[in-house]
Amino acid sequence: MNMNFPKLVLPDIVDLSNIDVYIANGGYEMYRQIIKLTPDEVTNEVKKSRLRGRGGAGFPTGLKWTFMPKGNDKPKYLAVNGDESEPGSFKDRQIFEHNPHQLIEGILIAGYAMGMKAAYIYIRGEYHRWVKLMQKAIDDAYSRGFIGTKMKDTFGNEYTMDIYVHKGAGAYICGEETSLMNSIEGWRGYPRYKPPFPAQFGLWGMPTTVNNVETITNVPAIFKITADEYLKIGATTHPGTLLFGVSGHINKPGVYELPTGTPLKEIIYNVCDGVLNGKKIKAVIPGGSSMPPLTAEEVEVALMDEDSLAKMGTHIGTGGIMVMDEDTDLVKITKRIAHFYHHESCGQCTPCREGTGWMEKILDRILKSEATSKDLDLLVSVANNIEGRTICALGDAAAWPVRGFVTKFRDEFEKRIKPDHSFVAPNVVHGRRNTASTLVFKEI
Amino acid sequence: MEIKFNEQELQEIEQIKSKYPTEQSALMGVLWIAQRKFGWISNDVILYIADLLHLPPAHVEGVVKFYTMYFKKPMGKYHIQVCTNVSCMLRGGEQIFHFVKDKLKIGNMEVTPDGKFSLEEVECMGACGGAPMIAINEDYYENINIEKVEQILNKLD
Ligand SMILES: Cc1cc2nc3c(=O)[nH]c(=O)nc-3n(C[C@H](O)[C@H](O)[C@H](O)COP(=O)(O)O)c2cc1C
Ligand code: SF4
Ligand code: FES
Repeated sequence: MNMNFPKLVLPDIVDLSNIDVYIANGGYEMYRQIIKLTPDEVTNEVKKSRLRGRGGAGFPTGLKWTFMPKGNDKPKYLAVNGDESEPGSFKDRQIFEHNPHQLIEGILIAGYAMGMKAAYIYIRGEYHRWVKLMQKAIDDAYSRGFIGTKMKDTFGNEYTMDIYVHKGAGAYICGEETSLMNSIEGWRGYPRYKPPFPAQFGLWGMPTTVNNVETITNVPAIFKITADEYLKIGATTHPGTLLFGVSGHINKPGVYELPTGTPLKEIIYNVCDGVLNGKKIKAVIPGGSSMPPLTAEEVEVALMDEDSLAKMGTHIGTGGIMVMDEDTDLVKITKRIAHFYHHESCGQCTPCREGTGWMEKILDRILKSEATSKDLDLLVSVANNIEGRTICALGDAAAWPVRGFVTKFRDEFEKRIKPDHSFVAPNVVHGRRNTASTLVFKEI
Repeated sequence: MEIKFNEQELQEIEQIKSKYPTEQSALMGVLWIAQRKFGWISNDVILYIADLLHLPPAHVEGVVKFYTMYFKKPMGKYHIQVCTNVSCMLRGGEQIFHFVKDKLKIGNMEVTPDGKFSLEEVECMGACGGAPMIAINEDYYENINIEKVEQILNKLD
């Protein structure tokens, strides 16, 4: 593998979280450089780099920035998404801990490009320690005049902005961008219906851009090496490096910065030293628990960038790689995943609120060997009926992995199933619904 | 304990308010301060905060109930959170949960009679690379096993 690439987000520099070390390594220099450009020129460079969001959806960042209205008749906001609650994801935490000033510098550049009044970094409540580390970095940057009104003197430019931390309090759904905005506004974290999109109606009804922590931390690096050089790293349509968080049955779990498009096999066997106890692989989730799994055969050929994985029916998501060895009980894992989404559903949409519960119940029956083979079809049918029918993408996030596991590892599920075709009570209700009209059940 | 913030806490709240264009946005931050001081969010705390931030008590209550980290009842001096989500499950998170449950003789979201410990089975804490993991109050303990958990628990007083 070509290991000759720059570490853009987590460079190997000791104590980089210290503001003096960051400055000594060229920190805050990029901001000084980019204010010589017009805001549009800054956005164009980001566009040219083909940077894509690291929060899960892989949306082109430069393009997203162009959705923001021009002019300053309304205050505009940046919301930086550090909710990091997708199971299998633990990368943004590394940035808070090891490179918070690059995140701040990225926020300043994004702020200048879009004319933001302020940025809010949303950090999940469980990250008490990382909230404090990030706040310390912000305080240091304020006292050096890199943030706030003193920016005028420090950088000799009229533009100023503020940066704040908003601490969550335990809710996966708050990572969804509109829920996140409601949470910052002091509401329950219910996702909002889109449109209107955040660029029109965001925080407090004002134009807002939501970007992931890792996305924004890439921005100063793009200007440091130029968009042309950035494009040469990793996969053409999804360039740059990614922070891969590898967990599960693996010898060296952890966060690794590698170019996009790195073969998954390389990551598992070379970078992470292989599967625990030399076992074989049964399944790997490539991008956090919302993403459909890959089989052992697929792992052999998978390349870790969005378009390569999309061709295999899954996604890069947050880059959270979860490795499961040959002895893993996939029915149990699928049930655990279904439980998570059921627990985290905010309950606004019926397909998500009810469907996630049904999926969990059916999986529980399968796990207890109380299900019949029609339950498997029912499970897939419930998943299909959630997908695309909800306000936010949590519904899809719940449906994809369940359907993925059942279809790709169907024999594992079938082994658990009773030959008998009778249904236990909870399904009687479901069996009368349209979605299950093909089902035949006998009275019990 | 009297439900009232002191001068310093009120200043902290003013500072939180100054971060946002609306008073309501300060609610989550104020609830964190309240939980730090009072240990949990009682109805009296809800009424007090509603008054302080000029919000309907029902709104404050709604927010408290939505977010799992605000305690709706008094919890232990040491709140033990055990992650059993996928990455932790693959490395024995469930066994650790059962071990702690048996050792403390309490179930999920219960408190020991002496008020020293409480237990919570939590969803992914963003520490999957250090699985299995537990958190005690605000601190993470990663790459643990049953023996280590036992040692950690025995050291708490
Ligand atoms: C249920 C759900 C949870 C999400 N959680 C996160 C999260 O924890 N962090 C994150 O950056 N994006 C999360 N997202 C994606 C955000 O909605 C949004 O797309 C992203 O923050 C945009 O940033 P990006 O373009 O830089 O990726 C989540 C989406 C959904 C539907
Ligand atoms: S899809 Fe689920 S989580 Fe999203 S808004 Fe609907 S009910 Fe809430
Ligand atoms: S699964 Fe336990 S910390 Fe992520």
